[in-house]
Amino acid sequence: MSLRGGLRLDSHKARPLERPIRGVPPPTEIALALDQGSGEESVPVVKAGDAVHMGTLVAASAGAAASLHSPVSGIVREIAVRTTLRGSGRCIVIENDGNDRRAASLAPLDWRTLDEVALLEHIAAGGVAGLGGAAFPTATKLALARAARADLLLLNGAECEPWICCDDGLMRERAAQVVLGAQVMLAATGARRCVVAIEDDKPEAILAMESAVSAASDARIEIRVLPAVFPLGAEGALVTAVTGREVPHDGLPPQVGVVCQNVGTAAAVARLVQDGQPVISRIVTVTGSGVREPCNVEARVGTPVADLIGACGGSDGPELRHIAGGSLTGRILQSDTVPVTKGLNCVLVATSADLPARGMEMPCIRCGDCATVCPAGLLPQQLHAAARTDDTAGLVRYGLSACIECGCCDYVCPSAIPLTARFRTAREQQHLQDMERRRALDAKARYERHQRRLAEQAEAERRAFDEARRRARDSETGTD
Amino acid sequence: MTATTGQPPHVVAGITVPRVMFQVLLALVPVTAVQAYLFGLRPLLLLAVAGIAALACEALALRLRRRSPQPFLRDGSVLVTAVLLALAVPPTLPVPLLVFGIAVAVLVGKHAYGGLGQNPFNPAMVGYAVLLVSFPLEMTRWPAPGAGWDAMTGATALDTLRTGLRQSYTMQEIFAGPAFGHVGAAGAEWISLAALAGGLYLLARRIIRWHIPAAMLAGLAAPAALFHMIDPGAHATATFHLAAGATMLGAFFIATDPVSAATSDRGRLFYGAGIGVLTWVIRTWGGFPDGVAFAVLIMNLAVPLIDRYTVPRIYGHAQR
Repeated sequence: MSLRGGLRLDSHKARPLERPIRGVPPPTEIALALDQGSGEESVPVVKAGDAVHMGTLVAASAGAAASLHSPVSGIVREIAVRTTLRGSGRCIVIENDGNDRRAASLAPLDWRTLDEVALLEHIAAGGVAGLGGAAFPTATKLALARAARADLLLLNGAECEPWICCDDGLMRERAAQVVLGAQVMLAATGARRCVVAIEDDKPEAILAMESAVSAASDARIEIRVLPAVFPLGAEGALVTAVTGREVPHDGLPPQVGVVCQNVGTAAAVARLVQDGQPVISRIVTVTGSGVREPCNVEARVGTPVADLIGACGGSDGPELRHIAGGSLTGRILQSDTVPVTKGLNCVLVATSADLPARGMEMPCIRCGDCATVCPAGLLPQQLHAAARTDDTAGLVRYGLSACIECGCCDYVCPSAIPLTARFRTAREQQHLQDMERRRALDAKARYERHQRRLAEQAEAERRAFDEARRRARDSETGTD
Repeated sequence: MTATTGQPPHVVAGITVPRVMFQVLLALVPVTAVQAYLFGLRPLLLLAVAGIAALACEALALRLRRRSPQPFLRDGSVLVTAVLLALAVPPTLPVPLLVFGIAVAVLVGKHAYGGLGQNPFNPAMVGYAVLLVSFPLEMTRWPAPGAGWDAMTGATALDTLRTGLRQSYTMQEIFAGPAFGHVGAAGAEWISLAALAGGLYLLARRIIRWHIPAAMLAGLAAPAALFHMIDPGAHATATFHLAAGATMLGAFFIATDPVSAATSDRGRLFYGAGIGVLTWVIRTWGGFPDGVAFAVLIMNLAVPLIDRYTVPRIYGHAQR
């Protein structure tokens, strides 16, 4: 079974892969965003003035936010709102003393002797989060899979979006780490087999991974080569491409027996068990025609994006746009001072030649090209018409909630309609309306309870009055 | 660095409405050439008049609606409407009538509903239908091919077939007449072939998709073949219907107008098949020389219903 719709795009991945992964010198000041990309914040456990080592826990896991560790040794200066990838958010600011003293607690793990629960606890304690971009706590996801008895661990090495190639670089250089991570996650979930999905535009990565799997001689792990189509690496699309099963619209992959993890996340798990190092750095692609030496870099979490670009020879050119992520789903960066997070996979420094401006928006001519490329099987033209007229019922009927915001419809639209942005807005409105409706229902229920209580009270008072009058009458007749 | 608030995606393919419309106009060149070969310069004159009148009507409508003339004057859609109508009418049609048809198409068919993208009916067919019911004589006399536009005009093959059958002529007698060519109408079958060529070009360039033309041709050919098999003396062959009249022009250029067509792939199959069947029904039992225009307009009416019941299955949802 293959992907419905999708786009075959120029990958723009070759240039950064000409060079090996390059280290970025740790900055003198680190800013750890409490929201590392999942949309929720972890809870700080340090305060200004505390001394921290490399790997010291500085914020505890909470909800969809994984725990956070100091990437350097030094002093916590403050916890303050800074410009971040998501606009702005609270950050733990650490002054780097430059000594990289490791926390005493960091030690390799004999993972083969541990049971599933202990392994999951270790992965949670190591702050491992989805390095594909979602930054969702890996241990939570693995625990869900274990509870649902998912039998397939699906490692996502598809990396379908143009420009991004950090996973490609990782698999070329550190394939053994990915395989070790897969083995640990198999042990932690109880899944019986693992498929590593890689798109066919990465022959070097495929070769490296195949030889790493045969070196590990683990028959449970299989490399699956998929066609290079965007957005095949989106979770639902990948599950369907590999297993033929569809993730239910109101469910998660474990319901169809699958748990998805990014290959970078697997490598992070491997590092955690190999030398006890929690997630304090990640590989980021720095690319685009505005960068002098496009390259994959390994940077400490909390390093300003400008330092990454500096490590790649700096940027050059007029009217550069900085984008976090790829050209289809990335977000525009408001400033190059924003710190690296666990969810940041790519910094695209684009010239206007890389990303030509769109034409003027024209009315929809219902050509249906958007429906042809939609991986969710939606009719974006109908959704657009419904959104234009605030037709809430239409938005539901045409499946707005199934939109994965991949941007394929925008890409092909001859009328240059910003469909994805419209759908995102419509979804936010729908969410607000739902909340409003719930609030109204709550208020109504409260009012009705109040009215009922008043009625009951009045009824009780009336009864008491009647009773008293009857007694009074009885006593009157009694005395007669 | 420049800070912008641009929303993803940040890259687009750069296909534009004017480019799509230009491709459609390009694909109509063979039909135009064959018409000029058969009927002389008159069809070219009609094309020029139609184009100018359409642009003038578009400009007027935009002005009345207080819209900026750009980019709509340059999007090419009004030229496609004009060219289709000019190619569909007989080359002998008086120029004022053609201008009237264009005005109806652009002002009523398109802009009364809100302009580009909003019209529920195919504007060219609205103009055609109004001309046909208002000026039936002028709209049904076609010149004999090769004779020039001022030569004797006569009924088309479809007309001759219907009247012949009503007067109890046999199929052989009818087809021996001068209005008939190799498989369809004399002359018109070459126009059909040119339209087919243009249509295949549009398919190859992915300007149109196969669903509507294939469904329309099948919807026309299937009942024709069936009834011809049952009663060959009273019903023409499927081949004749495919080659006659506006079948090919309709299948590839008129029914495929995306604005007024059904919008999902499955919906387009129903829509195209409906046009095909209705075309055959109108040709066989109706009172008009050809059925394509009315079949398209009737199916335009059915589009909201078709769209409602042909929403594709969404990922992760059960078939509804």
